[in-house]
Parts: sequence; structure tokens; C-alpha cells
Amino acid sequence: MTNDRTSGALALRGVTIRLGGAALIDRLDLVIPPGDVATVMGPSGSGKSSLLAFVAGFLDHHVFKAEGAVLVDGVDVTRERPERRRIGLLFQDDLLFPHLSVVGNLLFGVPADIANRAERQALAEAALADAGLAGFGARDPATLSGGQRARVALMRALLSRPRALLLDEPFSKLDAELRGSFRAMVFEQARLRGLPVLMVTHDPDDAEAAGGVVVRLA
Amino acid sequence: MLALIPPATLFLFLAPVLVGLAGTLLPAFGYLPAIGATGFSLAPWRSLFDWPGFGSALRLTLSVGVLASLLSLAGAVALVATLSGTRWFARFQTALTPLLASPHAAIALGLAFLIAPSGWIVRLISPELTGWTRPPGDLVTIRDPHGLALVAGLLTKEIPYLAIALTAALGQVPAQRLIACARAMGYSRNTAWLKLVLPRLWPQIRLPFYAVVAYSLSVVDQALVLGPGNPPPLAVLAARWFSDYDLAQYLPAAAAGMLQLGLVVTGLLLCRCVEFALAKTGRHWLERGRRSGMGEWLLPLAAAPTAAVLAAGLLALLALALWSFAASWPFSAALPRSWTLAAWMSASGRLQSSLEATCLIACAATLIALILCLGCLEQESRRARKPGNGVLWLLYLPLLVPQIAFLFGLQVALVRLRLDGTLVAVIWAHLVFVLPYVFLSLADPWRALDPRYARGAASLGASPARILFTVKLPILLRPILVAGAVGVAVSIGQYLATVFAGAGRIATIATEALTLASGADRATIGVLGFAQSVVPLLCYSLALTLPRLIFANRRGLA
Repeated sequence: MTNDRTSGALALRGVTIRLGGAALIDRLDLVIPPGDVATVMGPSGSGKSSLLAFVAGFLDHHVFKAEGAVLVDGVDVTRERPERRRIGLLFQDDLLFPHLSVVGNLLFGVPADIANRAERQALAEAALADAGLAGFGARDPATLSGGQRARVALMRALLSRPRALLLDEPFSKLDAELRGSFRAMVFEQARLRGLPVLMVTHDPDDAEAAGGVVVRLA
Repeated sequence: MLALIPPATLFLFLAPVLVGLAGTLLPAFGYLPAIGATGFSLAPWRSLFDWPGFGSALRLTLSVGVLASLLSLAGAVALVATLSGTRWFARFQTALTPLLASPHAAIALGLAFLIAPSGWIVRLISPELTGWTRPPGDLVTIRDPHGLALVAGLLTKEIPYLAIALTAALGQVPAQRLIACARAMGYSRNTAWLKLVLPRLWPQIRLPFYAVVAYSLSVVDQALVLGPGNPPPLAVLAARWFSDYDLAQYLPAAAAGMLQLGLVVTGLLLCRCVEFALAKTGRHWLERGRRSGMGEWLLPLAAAPTAAVLAAGLLALLALALWSFAASWPFSAALPRSWTLAAWMSASGRLQSSLEATCLIACAATLIALILCLGCLEQESRRARKPGNGVLWLLYLPLLVPQIAFLFGLQVALVRLRLDGTLVAVIWAHLVFVLPYVFLSLADPWRALDPRYARGAASLGASPARILFTVKLPILLRPILVAGAVGVAVSIGQYLATVFAGAGRIATIATEALTLASGADRATIGVLGFAQSVVPLLCYSLALTLPRLIFANRRGLA
């Protein structure tokens, strides 16, 4: 009764990931409707990160054996290269490119088919304003605070017009105050844009705030 | 396309070594059709062994090689152990840069200026301490029959090389925490360093040390300046016979080259055995639990003379500069009386043409090496497969095989390809030595780059090529430029490779400096030696400042 044809959903169908002989993840089925946040929890080594790597397309197939399918908006992207999947990714660290300015980082994310320079610039500026960072474009990312950098990383991911979002413990390095507000901002943006979100976390608060399905790995 | 780069790279830098070895092995047994020798025989070996000075040449080779490699290792370990974790360590590394950048030959020339009986040191202390008003005639300080000056020359280059290798390895070991942990158990700092840190560094400096052993056993360029002439070390003897007008001398020369190879292989096997034995007895030494021992006073005691050797190396470079600008420098004056640019002017024609060739060859070899290495590393990260230990050994092969054992064979092959004496041949020969160094200095920073940058960029829709050119290469600009500077320095230092592949027809500053070493006046030698050190040093400083200018506003790359 999987309804992975729900328009705009991120769906996993029978995903199995093996390391050596052991199955880290065994026939996982999951449908995340647009705007929903599904949470994957489990101890270290339980396969959380491998699952994200599989969905994003970075799983090392020399080490892991994986089966199953990833569907975005009903289309199977399992065989697509990572850069063709249009699945956005946020890490524990912001990983802003250190050699580009803040706006340079954002422009890197704007799809190339928007060729008009002014239009690209306008999109980046609007994203900065959205993130409460208007006027920060020319800054060196290394001079921003942790919270500001996290927001730039989110806007960069969103500007690339993803169809789904993967979160790899993106709040764990922020202090308690920032964590709550940034988390709310990420979920809010995902809801506004109708993005299905798959989040990996250690923190039960994150799962509670997400309010969606929780998958526990052993 | 990218997948072809690793095999092409292996071919480009290993084929010359293997073809060259074969092309030297056959003449050593009497087969060299090019000069009409077609019958296999042991005659070349017999004439090598019958050469009157053979015994002393062999003894000299072994004593210089063993002494220089053991002292280099002991000195580098003592200095790094004493200085690491102190505020002097950073300054120490900066002080090494001129010695690392300067070619062996330039330092040898400068050292001769420094320690010769009429050299700078004697001038500084005469006549006050020595009573000498003219250079002492009976004092032998360079080209001594035991090769001690040559050992000193080798130490000034090999200690910095091993010290840098140790420093790089230190970056991957939590040395300060290991030492703190041992000190909490009552171990002294130096003992903790020797018992806990050094064993973990060893696997990473094993191959650099082997390269030092191979180089010290088979050195030619420094031996031409600092080593005894009659009999010379074995490798110099082979080089001399290879350049003899009597072509029949090629055969015993090839035999000498092969004997040289045998010495190096035996030496390295011996190192391996000693390592094995030390690993066995060393465990006992570690488990006995003694909190302090000889290391306490041995390390500082060894560090002091090592520092003196390095200081001598730096003074040697300064001596080259002084003599190149000296108008008159009568004996026993501490400094030149008057200064002039005359030597630079009169050498300018020679300098300009050889400098042009040098730079062209160095830039071409380095650029090719950089492209090949970056291609190999990019292919490695795309396939998410790290090559095994065997590849590292292959990479070191040109540094472990004595040059004299394969350059003649390479020249024979180049003659058959009608490439001998061309720039292409010299660039290719230089590439053989440039490529390993470029790869080694590039691989660590490349592999240390957080792979999530590339993943993040891919999830933003960037293609692998775009990620390479707009994310990886700019972030790694600094290590790429440093690797380039290393490549240029290695190329500028190549003497034998230039002589053989260039068939004596292509003159670089390295060949000019050594050709003039025995004949020309000190000012001209000073000009060529100094130029040979300054060019690589300029490249290093460019590699360090350029990224700082380009990324002036990017603290994350500082």
C-alpha cells in the first residue's frame, strides 16, 4: 500500500544496506510527503549515515552493498549521479566554500539555467534577506558567526532548487539557543517550499520538533 | 580520459628507469652494439676490478654513504625531537627552507667557499686565532681522501629533508598528548619522544630515509666539488668513464653503475634487517618501563652539532652571494673590501642562456608533473579507492635506484629514438625525478580535503569537472603552488639527468656551475651557485605569498 506516487514525495523502497555480511538496514520502506520531516535515529554505526549517503548517491559501493530504490516525486533516481538527483544536503558543519564570499557561495548554488547575471544576483540577495543576513554578501564566510554560517548553508542548498532535503545532524554543533531557532527555520522553509525532509539525528528533541515519522535503527 | 592518466603517469616516469636499467645492465656484460660490442663477457667487470684505485673507491663510497645516512637520520631525529612542541619549532622550519630549496651542487660549492683553507671560516678567525696571514698550504679541508667534506655536504641537504619528512609525519600523530600521557606516568620528555613518538613516525619516514641512503651511496654532483678526485667514489668514477672519449670505457662504466645498484640494494636490504631486529629488541626496551635513560643527554648532545651543520649550510649560501659581489677580498679579511657587479655582468651572457634553458625545462617538467598528479588524485577520489602501499614504493623507485645505474641506458634508448640532446629528452628525464616529489607533496593535502565539500557541491548540482575547477583546485591553490615550487627546485638541481639526456649539448645552471667548479674564478662560481639557489627560493616564496594575496579576504584559507 505504498503510495510513493504522492506528488513531490521522497520515497525509499525496500532499501537494504549491507556491510560485510551484516545488514545495517533491512528492507526499509518510507514515504515522506512534501513538507514533512522524517527522522532516522540510532546509535553510532547503525547505518544512519550510510542511509543518507545512499539516498544522496555517495555510498561507497566497494565497501557497502546496497539494494532498493530512491524515488523523488515518483521518479526513480537510484541510478542517477548525485549532481543529477536534485537532493539537497546539509551537514553537521556548514562547509561553506572558504575561497568564495558569502554571496559567491550562494551563487554557486543557483542553477546554471538561470543565465542572467542580474537575476542570479537578485535571487542570492533575496535569499540573504530571507535569512536575515541582508548586506552580508561581500563578507568572508570565515568572519560570520556559527549561526549565520548555518543559515547561509541552508539558503545555498535551497537556492539550488532541490526536490528533497537531507539533514545530517545539522543542529548538533550549534549551541542550545541557536539550535531551536535554526531548526524551526529549516522546517519552516521546507514546509513553505513543499520539500520532503529526511533527517538523521542523535537528539530526541530534534525528532520531536520534526513531528514526522521516526525510524529507529538498531 | 581521466582514467587513462594513472597508467600514463606510471609509464612516463617508470619506463625511463626500467629501460635505462636494462640499457646499462647489458653493456656491463659486454653487450653494446652501438659501439660494436656484441659478445657477452665478464671483461667489463674484470677491468673495473683491475682498475688500480678500485678498492679505495669502493671503501670511500661505502664509508661516505653509511656515515652520511646514519648521521642524517640521527641529526634530524635529534633536532626534531628537541624542538618539536617548543616555540622554536616554527622558526626552525622556516630556517630549513633555503637549504631545502637549494640544489645539492650549489650548497657544495658554497660549502667549499666556507671551509676551504682559504675560505670564509679561516678568514674570519685569521690571523687572530690562527696566526695565518696567508692560506695554510698543508691543510686539507675539502676533497679530503676520506670524503669527510663530502659527508658534511650531504648532511646539509639530507638533514633538512629528513627533518621535513619527520615534521610532516608528526602532523598525523598526537605527539603532545602521547608525551603528556607518558610524563604523567613519570617518563621524561625525551624518553617519551623516543619510546612513543618516534616508533609511530618511522613507517612514514622509512622511504624518505631509504632515498637518503640511496643518494648518499651514489652521490655525484656534490662529490665533484667536495669529494676526493683520485680515487673518486664509485659513482663519480662511472660518470667519468661514461664521458670518456674512449668509447670502450662505456663497458666498465656500466659495470660500475651496476655495482653501484648492487650496493644500494644491499644497503636497503640491510636497513630492512636492522629495522626488523630493532623492532624485536625495541619492544623489550619499551616494556622494561625505565623512565629515563641515555636519550636524556644524547638528544640535546646530538642536536647541537646538527644545528651547527645546518648553520654552516646557510652560511655556505651566504658565502656564494658574498663572493659573487666581491670586488676585492684579500686573505684574512673577514669580509670583502669592496663590492662590484662585475662578475654578474661578465657572466650575464652565459647566465642568461643557461637560465632560460633551466627555467624552460623546470616549468615544463613541473607543469606536466602537476597535471599528471592532479589527474591521478582526482581519479582516485572519483573511484573512492586509495592505492596500496605498492604504489608508494613505485613512486620512490626513481629516488631509490642510483641515477648512474640507469641514465646511461636511458641515453642509449634516447639515441635510438633520435631524442638525445633535445629539450624534450631533458624535460622527460627531469620529469622522472620531479613527478615523485610533486606527487608526495600534493597527495597529503589533497586527501586531507574534507570530501563533504565535493558532496555538498554535487548536491547543489555541480558536475565533477565543475567541482574540480571551482571548488577543489581553488581551495588547494596553496599546496598546489608549493608542490610546483618543489618540482621547480628538484628540476633545477638535476645535474646527471641533464648531462646524460642532454648529451652534453644542453646547458643549465646546474651543469654550468659544476663544469666551472674546478676551473673558473670564485666570483663566477659564486654567481652561478647563488643563481641556482635563488631561483628555487623565489619560487617557494611566490608559492607562499601568492595565495595570501589572492585570498587576502578569506580567513578560512589562511
